[in-house]
Formats: sequence, C-alpha cells, structure tokens
Amino acid sequence: MDPMAAIRETFFQECEEQLGELEAGLLLMENGTAEAETVNAVFRAVHSIKGGAGIFALDALVRFAHVFETALDRVRSGQMEASPPVLNLLLRAADVLADLVRAAREGGVADAAHVASLVVEFNQINSGAKPPAPAPIPTPVQQWEIIFTPRPELYAKANETALLLRELQRLGEMRVVLNASRLPELAELEPEGAYLTWCITLEADCTAQAVRAVFEFVEDDCELEITQALPAEPALVPGSIITGDNGFSFEFFPPVEAEEEPAPEPEPARVVQKPPTQEVAAAAREEARTATIRVDLDRVDRMIDLVGELVINEAMLSQRVLEAGLARASGVAMALEELEHLTREIQDSVMAIRAQPVRSVFQRMPRLVREVAAQTGKQVRLVTEGEGTEVDKTVIERIADPLNHMIRNAIDHGLESPEKRLAAGKPAEGQVKLAAMHRSGRIVLEVSDDGGGINRARVKQKAIENGVIGPDAQLSDDEIDNLIFLPGFSTASTISDISGRGVGMDVVRQSVAALGGRISIASKPGLGSTFTLSLPLTLAVLDGMVVAACGHILIIPLGTIVETLKPKAADVFPLDNGINVLRLRGGYVPMVDVAVALGYSERRIDPEQSVALLVEGEGGLRAVLLVDAIHGQRQVVIKSLEANYRAVPGIAAATVMGDGRVALILDVDAVLRNNRNETARAEPARAELTLQEAI
Amino acid sequence: MQKTILTVDDSRAMRDMLRHSLMAAGFKVLQADDGLHGLELLETEMPDVIVTDINMPRMDGFGFIEAVRAHESRRAVPVLVLTTEVDIDKKQRAKEAGATGWIVKPFDPARLVEAIRRVSS
Repeated sequence: MDPMAAIRETFFQECEEQLGELEAGLLLMENGTAEAETVNAVFRAVHSIKGGAGIFALDALVRFAHVFETALDRVRSGQMEASPPVLNLLLRAADVLADLVRAAREGGVADAAHVASLVVEFNQINSGAKPPAPAPIPTPVQQWEIIFTPRPELYAKANETALLLRELQRLGEMRVVLNASRLPELAELEPEGAYLTWCITLEADCTAQAVRAVFEFVEDDCELEITQALPAEPALVPGSIITGDNGFSFEFFPPVEAEEEPAPEPEPARVVQKPPTQEVAAAAREEARTATIRVDLDRVDRMIDLVGELVINEAMLSQRVLEAGLARASGVAMALEELEHLTREIQDSVMAIRAQPVRSVFQRMPRLVREVAAQTGKQVRLVTEGEGTEVDKTVIERIADPLNHMIRNAIDHGLESPEKRLAAGKPAEGQVKLAAMHRSGRIVLEVSDDGGGINRARVKQKAIENGVIGPDAQLSDDEIDNLIFLPGFSTASTISDISGRGVGMDVVRQSVAALGGRISIASKPGLGSTFTLSLPLTLAVLDGMVVAACGHILIIPLGTIVETLKPKAADVFPLDNGINVLRLRGGYVPMVDVAVALGYSERRIDPEQSVALLVEGEGGLRAVLLVDAIHGQRQVVIKSLEANYRAVPGIAAATVMGDGRVALILDVDAVLRNNRNETARAEPARAELTLQEAI
Repeated sequence: MQKTILTVDDSRAMRDMLRHSLMAAGFKVLQADDGLHGLELLETEMPDVIVTDINMPRMDGFGFIEAVRAHESRRAVPVLVLTTEVDIDKKQRAKEAGATGWIVKPFDPARLVEAIRRVSS
C-alpha cells in the first residue's frame, strides 16, 4: 500500500475509535454521569477528526466537525449548558459525523440536506452567545497592490508561486496580472532562472501584516512590494495572522519575546504532581494502550486461512497414518494426536482474534430507541444484557442492521402507546430488552418487548389480503406468528417512517440466514414478543454431519439437524404432488431425497435402506433428509464456493476432507425451499469436479 | 548533520503523516503520542526541533511546552505548535508557554519542513 493510502486508512480507523468515544461520552453526559474529562474527551474526538480530515482535504467533514466542535467547546467552557435539547442535537450530530466519515472513507456522499439542517441548528444554539474565539477586530475591506518577483533561490527552496497565490486568495478577492516581459528567448532561457513578476490586486479586510505573512517564508528570496491602495489602515492587531479555518497559516513568534519572558521556573516535578485520581486514570489508559495492538484484518484473515489449511493437512496426515496401519500406540500416532490437539488450539486461538464483544453494536441502540420513541410518542426503556458476549467480527458487522430493524419493530409495532398500556394495567413505560448469550456453540441474540404481542387476527387477515395464504388456510398460532417473516408482509396499515422503510422482517430473516443463522419468534398476546436470533460464532468453521448420498460425501450443518431416524416403509405416504411425507409422532413431515434434490441421481432410494435426518430450517420449516449413510460428525473448514467456483443452488460452501476429497456443505434451507418447487440439477456434481481439480 | 525532530500528537494518522513528510525531507523522527510521553522521550533524547499538537489526552501541548521550557538544557530547543486551533487566546497561551511558532493544520509538508529548517538553522 502506498504510504499516503496507509495513513489515510489509519486516519479512518482512528475516526471509528473517536466516534465510539464520542458516542460513549455523549451518552454519559446524557445520563448525567460525565466528568470533566469526559467532556474533554468528547471535544477531543471531534477535534481530532477535524484535524485529520484537514490533511486529506475532506472539506465537508472539516466544515461539519468545525461547527460541532464549536458547540462542544462552549459546553466544555461552561458557556452553554448541556441541556437535554443540546445533548439531543449533539447526539444527532455524532450520527451525522459518522455518516460523513463513512462517506469520505467509501467515497460516497452523505445526506447533504440533513447535514445542512444540523448546521442551521448549531448556528442557532451557537448564536446569541459570545463567540468562542475572540474575533479579530474587523477591518474594512481595503485594496492592496502586491508586486511579487521571485528570485531563483525561491524556487530552489521548493516554493511555488501558485501556492502563495492560493494563500493570498484566501484573504479576499484577487486579480493577478503576470508580467513576463523579462522572459528571454528560449535559447537563452536558464532552466533554473526566475523571470516572472506577478502584479496582484487584493481586496481584503485584513492588515498589511496578514498580507505579508503569506510571503513570510519567501520574503528573503524575492522582491516584494506591498502597498495599500486605500488610505487609513487601522491599527495593527498583534498576532492577527488569521486565515480561514481550513487554511494554512504559520506565525513565527519573535524569539526576542520568548527571551523577554523567560519561562517560569516551575519544579520539574510539577507535571507529575497531579491529583491521584487523574494519575490512576492515566495509568489505566496507559495500560489499555499497551495491552492491545492494532492489526490489519487482512493479516488475521490470511492467518485464519492458513490455519484452515493446516487443519485440513493435519486431517489428511492422520488419515494416511491410519491407512498405513500404524498401531495407535506407535510413536507416530501419538505425536500425531498431539499435533491434532495443538492444531485445534491454534484454530480456536486464531478464531478468538476475530471475536469481538457485541458491545459495539449494543452501544448504538440506546440512541435508536430514543429516536424511535420520540417519533412514535412511546415511552421506552432499553435493557441490555450480555454485552461482553464475543462473536466473529463479520457477524457483528452484519448483525447491526437486522438488530436495528428488530428494535424499531419492537417499539413501533410491539409496544403499545402509554395510554393503552395504562389501560391494560401496565406501566406507561414499555421495555425492550436486548440480550446476547452463548448457547451450545452458537450466539443467541434476543429482542423482546413487553408490548401487546403479535395481533394474530390482524396478521392472518393481512396475509390473506396480500395473497400470502389462502382465505381458508388453517394455521397454528406459531405458523401465524411466522407469517411476518414472509416476503412482502407488513402489518402496519400505513407505511411508517420507523419500521416501514421498505424492509420487512423477511429481509431480516434473509440477512440472518446469509450468516448461517436462524430467527424465530415467540409471542404471547398482551404480554409481548421475543425474537430470537441464533448465529454461528464464526463463519470460518462449521460443525457438520458427514453423510453419503449416491457416492458423494456431503456435510450437513449440525445446527440444522434435530434428530436421526430409521424410517419404516409403513410410515411413508406419497402425496399427489410427488412428495413423500413421513409420519412422525402423529405429524407428517415432507421427505427430501438428497441425491435427487442435488441431481446426483434420478431414482429415489428406498426409505427403509436409507438414513433419515430430521432437519429444521429457517422459520421452523422441517423436513426429513434421506441419505445413504452417516459417516460421522466433524468440524470442517469452510471454503467459499463463490471464491473458488461460483454460487451453486442447494450448496452453501465446500470443504476438504481428511483424504483430500472435496465435500460440499448442504444449504439446508435452500434444499427445503427447492423441495417445494422441485427442480433437479446437475450443478452440484459439476461444482465438486471443478473444485477437485482446482485444489 | 541529520537533524532530529520530535513530533508529539495523539493521532496516529497525524504522526504517520509527520513522519512520512519529515523523513522524506531527510530528518530523523521521534514520535510521542502525548505530552507526558514526549517528556519521557526527552529524558534520553535531545531533538533539534519539537513539533507538538495542543489537544491531547494526559498532558496537552501547553503543559508539555511549559515542562520543556522548565528545563535549563531544553530552553534552546525550538518548539513549533501544529494545531487546528485558530483561537487567538490559545495561540497567546502557547506563546506564553514558550512556543517558538504556531502552524495551523492542515499543514503543507513543504512549508512545515521550511519552518523547521528556519527555526533550527
């Protein structure tokens, strides 16, 4: 990476950290638990972003950060009280700042109107008070005549007229006339000579000193004449070399002055004599700083990839050793066992590097809740639990939007209005709870509310109106609840700004499914609803059941398997649409012949000769998968199909087995869906062959 | 002789930027991420020029400059303030603390180098 790009990347990483601190600090201020240092840290965060943005000429970011910072500075210095309306504005500004940072990073554009409206609000609260910086004494607009003739030395010191003129232009209106009369014939032209003179007319409300300051560094290397076209220049204001916020200025304090005012002679130790609390805090920060290092995600991912290869190779080696018929107690086998153990540990440790607490996502929710509550006129208390639960970084990143949507939904659709709640004998303030926990190797996220629960009559009616179900469909309560996950379903009678942004719960379900997760709902009328997301801890390995279908080895994600069965012919019933169902404990479950579903075979296997796996896909959809045999259960390293071949319907990914053969990982949900509109394909077989050659 | 510059800034992007520009100009660069860290480095190092930020955690630029000037041996080291602050009061404070010069970010690397050359010659 070229150094500038790397520095830019560092800047954006720092911005993310600063934005996190900003938000955390503002929330502390809102709770009234902020200390003076918190306010300073909040100010510094915005200030740093502004400073860095300046380097990279991110003007929109600089401008917004500047008004933001001005307001914070006034809060910091006690000129403005951090009242609820002010904090509300600051919190919204933090959002916009984050948007601007993101836009700058990705080269996109932030919502200009939104930014502008906040700037207006800032100007309102910033006005009427004395300006944070004593404004330079305004000087009337004057006209300056500047005649500037660089000498060769000027160019030799890497100065450039264009830059100087640009500086000058910041001061005011400028007209430039180039005098090239001294320019010799080409033959006589000295490449390093200086032949040009610029005559500049500048109209600006600045002092002579300010004009001269532009030429500060070059005045020894040029002829410079500055004259005032209008008389009566006001008294010079010392140190009034001011350029625009975004402008460069340099002022060289006269060394005389520094000597005139010898620095006081404080005890050198004075610096260290800080109140103990500060010292402790500083020590804690220092510790936090040294205890972590920043590593490029690419490097971590590369390592994860390599460890994946290591795991596969180790498995292959084990297989070879087994095939060689070495005794279990032989030195090789024992060393191998040790190696296997180590490999697993390395794998776990590497995965842990990518794991992060869900806190970063949870932290964004209080603001969301506040906003939605304000928009809906509901009173909401957000309770979070298990913020320290760790999960893969990618999962965290991709789970933010679905969670966002679910929380909006919980407030907008789940909770009742304060009046209704009081009438129902509940406290006016509703509760939305967001919890994270680890459960059997997966992370489970729950969004629950104590609202009215799913209005099943309305959901069913809506589903019938939208043609999602037939008018005479007989559905259980659970099935009705699950209707909200279907595409195009929305119970809000008018599309509200809050949860009806064109995304429904089906999009939530899809994004969760894309992460290998499942979503389910439990609702009790009058008591509220709980949405449960179950996600894999990592996207790099998977616990799978190794099965055989028509001579092909397949992996079925363990998380989807409910139980294994040995079906009896008497329990199998064919339906009119060609699908067989299996009678299971009084109910009927559709049967899917995996080999047929994936196009490996035309003929169905005899259920009695097969092994059946009862699987459950998204939305609680169940089916029995028929395979030839089960080979065992193992953890496999996921290899992306898209990266090595292309997406294949019915297949989620691939992996390499201990014997070096490629095995495809079944996309259970896709297979279940396809079973409904059965289409045979040969695609998986082709993918397997291509991958085998590639690996 | 190669000159050594101590840069004091809490932003890593800014430090990287400074190091990049200053090294390209042939300086040796020392980096500190706040005033206290800068003082620690000064225990063992004697830079030719110090470039410092103002707004930093733990110890800000004012405190840092004062502490630098508090030491007899460091009186002569030029200290340039590189900051986004445009507040005249702040500039006055920096001056009083003993700063040699004041540069408003965003800086033009060439001019920063020029400023450094000027104060260190």
